[in-house]
Amino acid sequence: MEELYRRIDADPEFHALSRRRSRLSWALTAVVALSFYSWIFVIAFKPAWFTQTLGPETVITVGVAAGIGVIVLAVTLTGVYIWQANQHFDAQNRKIVAHAKNEHQT
Amino acid sequence: MNHRAPLAWLLGLSLLAWAGSAAADVATALHNMFTLPADTSAINSKAVAMFIGFVLVSLGITFWAAKRTKSTADFYTAGGKIGGFQNGLAICGDWCSSAALMGVAALIYSNGFDGLIYSVVPFGAWPLMMFLLADRLRNLGKYTLADIVSLRMARVPVRTLVSSASLAFVIGYLIVQMVGAGTLISNLFGLHYEMAQVIIGALIVVYVAFGGMIATTYVQLIKAVLLLSGASFIVFLVLQKFGFSMNGLYQAAVDNSPLKTGVMQPGTLLPDPVNAISCGVMLIFGGAAMPHVLMRFFTVPDAKEARRSVAWAASLIGYFYLLTFFIGYGAIAFVMKNPEFLDAKGAIIGGPNMAAIHLAKAMGGDLLLGFISAVAFATIVAVVAGLTIAGASAISHDIYANMLRHGQATDAEVVKVSRIAALGLGVLGIVLGIAFKGQNIAYLIVLPFTISSTVFFPVLFLSMYWRRLTTTGMVTGGWIGLASAIVMLVVGPTIWKDIMGNPEALFPYKYPALFSMSIAFVTMIVVSLLDKSDRAKAELASFDDQFVRSQTGLGAEGAAQH
Repeated sequence: MEELYRRIDADPEFHALSRRRSRLSWALTAVVALSFYSWIFVIAFKPAWFTQTLGPETVITVGVAAGIGVIVLAVTLTGVYIWQANQHFDAQNRKIVAHAKNEHQT
Repeated sequence: MNHRAPLAWLLGLSLLAWAGSAAADVATALHNMFTLPADTSAINSKAVAMFIGFVLVSLGITFWAAKRTKSTADFYTAGGKIGGFQNGLAICGDWCSSAALMGVAALIYSNGFDGLIYSVVPFGAWPLMMFLLADRLRNLGKYTLADIVSLRMARVPVRTLVSSASLAFVIGYLIVQMVGAGTLISNLFGLHYEMAQVIIGALIVVYVAFGGMIATTYVQLIKAVLLLSGASFIVFLVLQKFGFSMNGLYQAAVDNSPLKTGVMQPGTLLPDPVNAISCGVMLIFGGAAMPHVLMRFFTVPDAKEARRSVAWAASLIGYFYLLTFFIGYGAIAFVMKNPEFLDAKGAIIGGPNMAAIHLAKAMGGDLLLGFISAVAFATIVAVVAGLTIAGASAISHDIYANMLRHGQATDAEVVKVSRIAALGLGVLGIVLGIAFKGQNIAYLIVLPFTISSTVFFPVLFLSMYWRRLTTTGMVTGGWIGLASAIVMLVVGPTIWKDIMGNPEALFPYKYPALFSMSIAFVTMIVVSLLDKSDRAKAELASFDDQFVRSQTGLGAEGAAQH
């Protein structure tokens, strides 16, 4: 197994995939963290922004809508991640592992 | 007789707790444990009948699961054969405690908008788990959290840290659940508090000790389905009253609440900014690294199913939190001015925690009330089962098999210790539940979340993402973080001032997570960088292998054998 790990570690494709994967992970983490903390910070420091209603006919405030929005955005982004991982990363990963195994046998 | 040690230890603790209370109290408690109250008219027969139905089904599943639980892998991870969707549901069952239903509804009922903070913020843990932890956890993990963090580290010091913290986490969380359960069940079912403890304790021991992770998974699965459908049904009935107009519901809440339009606006529940940020850190990072939830990641066959689990869990939990938006405001609209649910002074009967339950009755009469009560009971049982199996695995896998027997114990021995540990934890839960009866335990929920954000998240994150982490760094930072968290909690406003009655708290913040987590991270990093030992060099060198495994899943436990 160690031999196989070395072989994969030496494969530039593997490191390119890791980088792509981690770029996506961190970008999505940043968006989610930003949305959650913005929501909390507005409540803590600028509550007036959340006090307005969405329109003259409704009692629903910007704050309530934003709260729902934050949850929906987080669920959507987990969907984006799993879609990317299933569509692209898994296949590339299998290719890299298969390649390393073939080399291992020959 | 090494393998009796955990049991002896637990029994000793229990005896101490018993000795702590007066003999007369013990006699009353014992009496109440096994008898019905004198006034049986208070017993809610519909709720009891539905709960008995849940118990029978779950016991049937346990019987079926027990025949399939032979090896340690079966016991801890259901053999790694749970599918992504089922596991996502089970995670939802593990995560949504009765606090998520009744507590959040109570906060919205009492505080309006500010209560929503507690349905939005904890959800932040889920994307974090998906993006940063899920794949790697499954690829590196085996049975417990300690397996991952000790992969390239020295076994004994790392497992000592993680298993001690896990047990402290489990016991703290267990007390909160048991005390909450006792109060809830005496309110809802008309049974004695003590009897509720015995019922839950006994059920848990049967599920976990005999059915292991398979039975626990199914209990959580059923509970999640019951909870989600019950909550959805209430929301459906609430919205129906307003012709499915969300604005209609909120308008009624605004009309009914003494806060008027303030019920839709940020108010004053959120403490000062430092406490707010610290509380957010605790809920998000602590929530992302809870051992009983992470353990569920090892029940699926590979990283792909782990991702699917998280996607399902996140969707279901997100959906559930959105439902609380409607349940909380629904309670304001239908309970707050309804004399049926108010006492002579106009306060809500049973306290704000009952808001969601009263709403069920207002919407669907006695039948829905009984159903939701049974769901609340099942909810607690499922969460306690998840905690118990996490605690039992820390005792049997980390402490017994890896530390005391150095990996030389047979499968049968380890399973036996797991079962004894489950029994011990069940008894401990009952004893502590009774010992803490009627006490203010709100601070206790801060303890497990603080431990999780201070110990579990940093060790997990750094061991997977940072090459330079060494055993000495991890263990030093973990213990210092843990100690600082406990000290800050004890001398903080809740314990030092409110409970012990000192005039001024020595540490000003209610939530120490921001500080204790920073202390843990900084100590781990600094000590690791200073660590020039040979062991540190070897640990550094083995990061590449671990990294390849974490990315590819090659060599992962439960994956296809090559």
